[in-house]
Amino acid sequence: MARYIVRRLGFLLLTLLLTSALIFVITRLLPGDVARVILGREASEQALTALREELGLNRPAVVQYASWLGDFVRGDWGRSYSTRLPIREVVLERLGNSLRLAGLTLLIAVPLAVALGVIAGLREECPADQVISIGALAVVGLPEFVTGLVLIDLFAFRLRWLPANSSVAPDTSLFAALPQLILPALTATLVLLAYIIRLTRAGVIEELRQDYVRTAALKGLPRATVIVRHVLRNALLPTVTVIAISLGWLISGLIVVENVFNYPGLGRLLTFAIDRRDLPLLQAVSMITVLIFALANLAADLIYALLNPRIRLG
Amino acid sequence: MDDTPILDIDNLTVGYRVEGGWRDAVREVSLQVAAGETLGVVGESGSGKSTLALAVLRFLGAGGAIRAGAVRLQGADMAELAPRGLSATWARDLRLVPQNPLAALNPSLRVGEQIAEAVRQTAGGALSRADAQRQALDLLRLVRLADPERVYRGYPHELSGGMQQRALIAMALHGEPALLILDEPTTSLDATTEAAILDLLAELAGGQGGQGAARATLFISHNLGIVARMCDRVAVLYAGELVEQAPTARLFATPLHPYSAGLIGSLPRPGMRHNLRPLRPIPGAIPRLDALPAGCVFHPRCPLALDRCRSERPLLEQAAPGHQVRCHRWREVERGALQDGEPAQPVPAPASAEVAAEPVLVMREVAKQFPLRRSLADLLARRPPRMVQAVDGVDLRLGRGRTLGVVGESGSGKTTLARCVVGLEERSGGAISLVDLPLAPGLEQRAPAVLRRIQMVFQNPQEALNPYLTVGEALRRPLMRLGGLRRAEAERRVARLLDAVKLDPGYAARLPAQLSGGERQRVAIARAFAAEPDLVLLDEAVSALDVSVQAAVLNLLSELRQRSGTSYLFITHDLAVVSYLADEVAVIYLGQVLEQGTVEAVLRPPFHPYTEALLSALPSLPPAAPRERIRLEGEVPSPVALPTGCRFHTRCPRALGAICATEEPPWRDAGGGHRIRCHIPLEELRVLQGGT
Repeated sequence: MARYIVRRLGFLLLTLLLTSALIFVITRLLPGDVARVILGREASEQALTALREELGLNRPAVVQYASWLGDFVRGDWGRSYSTRLPIREVVLERLGNSLRLAGLTLLIAVPLAVALGVIAGLREECPADQVISIGALAVVGLPEFVTGLVLIDLFAFRLRWLPANSSVAPDTSLFAALPQLILPALTATLVLLAYIIRLTRAGVIEELRQDYVRTAALKGLPRATVIVRHVLRNALLPTVTVIAISLGWLISGLIVVENVFNYPGLGRLLTFAIDRRDLPLLQAVSMITVLIFALANLAADLIYALLNPRIRLG
Repeated sequence: MDDTPILDIDNLTVGYRVEGGWRDAVREVSLQVAAGETLGVVGESGSGKSTLALAVLRFLGAGGAIRAGAVRLQGADMAELAPRGLSATWARDLRLVPQNPLAALNPSLRVGEQIAEAVRQTAGGALSRADAQRQALDLLRLVRLADPERVYRGYPHELSGGMQQRALIAMALHGEPALLILDEPTTSLDATTEAAILDLLAELAGGQGGQGAARATLFISHNLGIVARMCDRVAVLYAGELVEQAPTARLFATPLHPYSAGLIGSLPRPGMRHNLRPLRPIPGAIPRLDALPAGCVFHPRCPLALDRCRSERPLLEQAAPGHQVRCHRWREVERGALQDGEPAQPVPAPASAEVAAEPVLVMREVAKQFPLRRSLADLLARRPPRMVQAVDGVDLRLGRGRTLGVVGESGSGKTTLARCVVGLEERSGGAISLVDLPLAPGLEQRAPAVLRRIQMVFQNPQEALNPYLTVGEALRRPLMRLGGLRRAEAERRVARLLDAVKLDPGYAARLPAQLSGGERQRVAIARAFAAEPDLVLLDEAVSALDVSVQAAVLNLLSELRQRSGTSYLFITHDLAVVSYLADEVAVIYLGQVLEQGTVEAVLRPPFHPYTEALLSALPSLPPAAPRERIRLEGEVPSPVALPTGCRFHTRCPRALGAICATEEPPWRDAGGGHRIRCHIPLEELRVLQGGT
């Protein structure tokens, strides 16, 4: 196991190195004159020259890349061009917000989706299954900005239970921020729900057909024990990995949801950086995104290997 | 003394709901199993024997139901049990050992925990977890596992098939159940593992009750030899009906139903040869449930059928105490009035074995190694990959019109060897030539004209035929592509090929799904012969077929070879089949040939101890000569770490000692091309093995 983890970490570093090069090429080299991209068409030649000097754009690309990566690894992520604030603090704060939202979403989505998926799988082709399966499909077909707006309309404007705007101020405690988190979390839940339900349902149906389920039933075990101890243990394996991978999406892919609710997460920071052509910020957010995705993937593989003795590690 | 039978199946009809109607897979079957008794249920696939087992367990699934009759366990009607009572009965009294042990174990729980769970459930909470674990470990010892602690801790996929099945037997035998149902318990195992499991079951059944024994046993099998050995009485099922039931010895000595007689006649036995004493297969195939014939269900395949059999269903009659038969003509059969003089097929002229046949296939020092996956550290250090030696230094020669049987357990390398010959696997060393033509290692390097001359028939015709091509298309393709025939000519050849494999020309329009297993294998054989090959490789080509169908395919192969002069390389684990069809035999173990020679020489002492063990593992029909049973211990070692010296020494029942573990044994020549690779001198082997 230890060897496997070390190897996977090695691959993870390699992935990060390659994507960092890619990010660097896209943000620094492809635009041509980065100084002009940042300052815009109207900028004076003087300002352009000064900026090129500041950014080190006159140096060879490899040297630029090495120094940029070195700074990044040491934690010196620079200052934002648009706000002049230190990037690291902004990004880490937004990452914290994103983690809160992702955590709450999983807390709602996973038990709900797994329960519904198991029910649908155990009652294959029965009315309960059809209601759940068709309902989940109907919801996943709607884009987030539609479900988000419907939720806002219902819970914020009609019922007045929850705030419509989720722009949490910095340093708000988790408990104080909770009301503002619920609606975006519900919206993200609706996106995840159908996927996890279908996967769980398929897993349960597949495993119920296996001979070992008959062996377990013929031991005289109560049905609930057969389902929980024997069926679910195998049926939920694919679900677990998908949940781990969806963590990556929840942290950095909720661009639409965060914008609908005005929630200060990484997704909105990314759109902000793109809008303002804030290249250092864009680079930092991209790097964090890649890191999160890679870690989520690693976690998925490790959990799968841990739960499934058939996977040989080494 | 209470004489209620343990199991009483009373006029049972079991059906499955299909499109609003019922298909009855078991009809009006009555069977009893008394305490201390083992009842065998035999039948081909489709005979309803598994449905019967599931009905006894009351585990038919959503679509199935008992439509009439009853199953009583120790006098209590199973149908009257409430769900809770049913669970309790399962836990305490009814146990099943299923066919496929790997599938029957939960892949993500330790084997020992799965047994302990059953023990604990049966005890109903009166047992602590630790006590249940201790009992589970005792059960694993009871089933003679060499390392019970390791098996207890292991996950199912880490164990061999034999170990898995022993674990399931252990699970089934805790706490003296009333009825043990063995549903083809050894069908998925190797011949030698099968023999060892049967030994274990016989030994457990012979015990004095208590832990490790059931009070009665229902043994379901398609294998007559196994049933003959294991059962007190035998019931023969055909297409869902009980056609005959009798004490075992009586059934095999005087079968009264033509189907029972047909099954017995289909089984290759020592001394039977394709050209001297051919098998008598049962023509046709078992009917489908939606197209059951009127009258006697067996009449379309029966050599004795009269008009009466086509219209009137025979009753189950008492022919003698304990002997029941469902046939209109059993009295005539019993009197011996119906000696069907006409053999199943004319005896072909004996093959001209004396003529030194022109060699078709010559293998010299053929070797195949597979590299193991290297770890990252090995890659970085540029260490060469470790190799698995699958085939090692094989020298074989096959003459025109002859059959060479290659026999070995799974893992022996026999299939790899076949794949090297065809070119599906590139050999790592040695030479193979076809007639005079040296064969390149890989398929891509061989010319189409060469590919045409070697054809292959696989074990599972279901997977070897494209499900979307009709039989006609499947046969036409090689004719047009490899044979270069025009369409009209190819069509005519397809008709001739179907005729040669005894299929009606109408089969050309059918899809594989519309064929029975035996018919599919005939199509696969026809496809192999379409290219008029010099050599046909048969890789376990009859192993998946029912005995009656297997006999017909074996006879077909024999006939085709006679007519075409094609040579066969016949890969199998089944020595009985080899002794029936082959002219020469090579016994292979861990990639090495241990013994080779003509079939007559190899199957007579002196044997290589491995051949001796394989022969001893063959189930035989009564009256069987009592013989010393040679059993192999343990499993075939991993080819990654081959044993030193003689590869077989770790399991050899006749090993001499240190020399076997250190030195490669020499080839000993027994004359006439018969060679044995063993340290024991031939004379000594002959004495040990009681040959003359």
